[in-house]
Amino acid sequence: MTTQSTGVTAGVPPAGPDERLTRTSGLTRALRRPALGALIGAIAVFVLFAITDQQGLWLTQTGFQSWSQQAAFFGIMAVPVGLLMIGGEFDLSAGGMTGFTAIITALLVGQLHWNAWAAIVVTFAVAGLLGLLNGYVVVKSKLPSFIVTLATYFLIRGLSIGGVLLVNHGSTSVGLTGPTHPGLTSAKAVFGSSFLKSSALPNGYQTAILWFIAVTIVAVWVLGRTTYGNWIFAVGGDQDAARNVGVPVARTKISLFVTTSTAAALVGVISFTQASNAVSEQGVGNEFYYIIAAVVGGCLLTGGYGSVVGAALGACIIGMAFQGVIYSGWDSSWDFTFLGVILFLAVGVNTLIYRRATKARR
Amino acid sequence: MTETPLLEVREISKFFGSVNALRDISLTVHPGQVTCVLGDNGAGKSTLIKILSGVFPPDRGEFLVGGEPIRFTSPRDARSHGISTVYQDLAMVPLMSIWRNFFLGSEPTKGWGPFRRFDVARAKELTSRELGAMGIDVRDPDQAVGTLSGGERQSVAIARAIHFGARLLILDEPTSALGVKQAGVVLRRIVQARELGLGVIFITHNPHHAYPVGDRFVVLKRGRSLGNYAKAELDRDELVRLMAGGAELDELSHEFERPPAELAEYPVDPAEAP
Repeated sequence: MTTQSTGVTAGVPPAGPDERLTRTSGLTRALRRPALGALIGAIAVFVLFAITDQQGLWLTQTGFQSWSQQAAFFGIMAVPVGLLMIGGEFDLSAGGMTGFTAIITALLVGQLHWNAWAAIVVTFAVAGLLGLLNGYVVVKSKLPSFIVTLATYFLIRGLSIGGVLLVNHGSTSVGLTGPTHPGLTSAKAVFGSSFLKSSALPNGYQTAILWFIAVTIVAVWVLGRTTYGNWIFAVGGDQDAARNVGVPVARTKISLFVTTSTAAALVGVISFTQASNAVSEQGVGNEFYYIIAAVVGGCLLTGGYGSVVGAALGACIIGMAFQGVIYSGWDSSWDFTFLGVILFLAVGVNTLIYRRATKARR
Repeated sequence: MTETPLLEVREISKFFGSVNALRDISLTVHPGQVTCVLGDNGAGKSTLIKILSGVFPPDRGEFLVGGEPIRFTSPRDARSHGISTVYQDLAMVPLMSIWRNFFLGSEPTKGWGPFRRFDVARAKELTSRELGAMGIDVRDPDQAVGTLSGGERQSVAIARAIHFGARLLILDEPTSALGVKQAGVVLRRIVQARELGLGVIFITHNPHHAYPVGDRFVVLKRGRSLGNYAKAELDRDELVRLMAGGAELDELSHEFERPPAELAEYPVDPAEAP
């Protein structure tokens, strides 16, 4: 017991106000927000297109409506894909799933004349089951989710072409047939209508934007303020450590896959109710936009770090890029180059921020 | 000590197939005491930890907690009996903040039904209070655990185990990856835990870390116990010799001796010396 007298007193903190806190500068605190890079990026892109706009539409309601509507479709997916990435996994089937679910709803409502609400419930259930399958196989096989969901992606892509050709008389476009479609009007009101119509904007804003905002708010709350959110960070950051302290790792990961594919069903239902039509292969390839949005938003590809608001802002950047390139009078193929540059810049900035925020002290 | 030990194992053994990983090991831990388990790599320390922390039961021997025979089914079971193990990997997520890590897996909640949520304010406050009570100098509970030094991380892990009701702490090589100063920080926590009346099992291969804080010493070698001593029964040099295998070390130092001229060809940079 020779050291006990020195041992206990030596570790006592100095008295007085917590002067240790001043060592964390306000700048570091701001930089610790993973969404900061995306916010700066979104503002920069917005300003850029305000300058390059050739049609005088960027700063009008029409301009805002057109990019925010695209942002909504990307954002409803980018947010759950971001959560999944924070949880340490990918879902390459996410884009194809939005089209696949639209096709299911379209076939059930347009061809089989189901009540639209029943069709929507079945669509969500099918998507949820596919998400469950993705998650279960990833967790049980311990294979990279990249490979597992790539398989799912090809599976549903084939199904949404071949399956549709089989039942839809050789056409890949599924529209409405027959005189009446029970429940479709109310379903359309909830998912695929518009709001805030005015003389400046006769068609109003699409309901999808409200869904985007709702999904973002719920996800911010879940990630930041719930036990489950804490587990998402943990399973992505270090799943062995998480398991050691009693976090249900498998359940957390599987539920993230289910959430992602359910969100894809939401996009599918919105796009079908909006257009009264669905085409095979719609949404295919969009999974990369979701991942870009999440990465631009500060989500680490390796998991354990990221932000919902960041992913939502990333989706806004993508929406602005698609519309801004058109308004600027550039050929629309420059979208891709533009997004490539954005992605590159964002990853660079985010890595700097991340290193600064988590700089190791020795 | 006449009071009941917190934990006592009597002549426990463990076999893996034909390998006898542990043979007839006995040790006791009393409240407010530190029992050090020393041994080189392969001595059976890890097997002993896994038995004590409930990962698997011993094949032979008695396992008593508070004087009652017990058979743990899992680490969680052991934890519910107040036996908490702080592993080398610490079970902490480096990218997460201190307060998120502190309550990971046992988050305080408020609200009800679908609005039941992580009580963030309370988690932050409790983390600051618990770390402050142990005199742990974290500048900001929002800091990522990965930015803490090794000693600070160990300290947070120990504070967490104590907060969650541990009566017996099992520390698996808490000082082995640390520099001299950081190891001192961790030794201080061990003394603090002892002062709080906890029993501590301190597993290490470093007799210089074990001797100052230990009350009892169990030295393992190749799965067997080389002895179970109270502090009064041996001094530091004896412990070092016991640990290093006595004669073996003498032999080694003999082997490494060479003329001074030869040594000069391989200058040792004092900054790189461990």
